[in-house]
Amino acid sequence: MKAVIFGTTTLAAAAAIGLYVWQSQPTTLCGDTAVAGSAIGGPFELVSETGETVTDADVITKPTLVYFGYTFCPDVCPLDSARNAQAAYMLADQGIDIGTVFISIDPQRDTTQVVGEFTDNFHEDMIGLTGTPEQVKAASEAYKTYYRAVEGDPEYYLVDHSTQTYLMFPETGFKTFFRRDTTAEQIAETTACFIDELS
Amino acid sequence: MKRTTLAAMALFTLSATSAFAESVISITDAKAFETAPSALAGGGFMQITNTGTTDDRLVSVEADFPRVEIHTTEFTDGVARMMHIDGIDVPAGETVTLEPGALHVMFMGLQGDPLEEGETVPATLIFEQAGEVPVVFNIVKRDMAAHNH
Ligand SMILES: [Cu+2]
Repeated sequence: MKAVIFGTTTLAAAAAIGLYVWQSQPTTLCGDTAVAGSAIGGPFELVSETGETVTDADVITKPTLVYFGYTFCPDVCPLDSARNAQAAYMLADQGIDIGTVFISIDPQRDTTQVVGEFTDNFHEDMIGLTGTPEQVKAASEAYKTYYRAVEGDPEYYLVDHSTQTYLMFPETGFKTFFRRDTTAEQIAETTACFIDELS
Repeated sequence: MKRTTLAAMALFTLSATSAFAESVISITDAKAFETAPSALAGGGFMQITNTGTTDDRLVSVEADFPRVEIHTTEFTDGVARMMHIDGIDVPAGETVTLEPGALHVMFMGLQGDPLEEGETVPATLIFEQAGEVPVVFNIVKRDMAAHNH
């Protein structure tokens, strides 16, 4: 009942991405996980830290790192969010302005206030989004991410979830994704490369 | 049964770091990261070293939160799965590290009382052999490398 599943197993979710990469066009100059196309991403409608309904067009106004997680997660999500924030700071030092977005896949516990305070911890401009279970599910499906709340504990339940970070551009959409073992330096470098390529 | 164990181990509690205990546990670098004001959970990390001659196992952690559990996180094809585990083996002569993205102590139910830098979380680790081992988790800022914003 709480479980929201895209695909049927974790492997299905991972396979969806793997297959997508495999089927896509030759790699670009900017790294070997780079794929061209628009199958990942697309329109979403979520709720911002201030409670407004926002769309992908409102949120992705510049090259943006998009991550799906939940704030009840004490180590993985903060670690990945801190790394994405760090990549943004590194690029800012080079005069490159990118956005960072954290989309909660735990809308039941992650209120707008909770995601707002969570993201402020990492970067003053990181955007925290949540929404209704339906809005979150739709956004997750658009990005081909997986999440599933473990049942049985109404208050302290844990949520399995994908950990890749997407590099999205306004208009042209998905550029590449980063696995969680990618460093902030690598993310900054690859992101700068895609920005270069398009300018 | 737990009470009996605790009573039986009470002798070892004070001597957990002395040479004659069979399992000699020492804890280093016990820390937790600060959380957002509205956070519901935080993680505790440390290194547990058993310099004794008997294998031991951390079976629970007690601290002043509504719920404290031992967790691990596993990754399968990019999906993180955090789960509750029964304990952590600490073999004789070895060090086990609890670190972000893997084993951790999960402090749950922080509601309104976040972990703040400079504060501490006193806790009691309960081992099968060494019994109760007190520990203090120092709350630190997350390392943002070059950027401390
Ligand atoms: Cu945990």
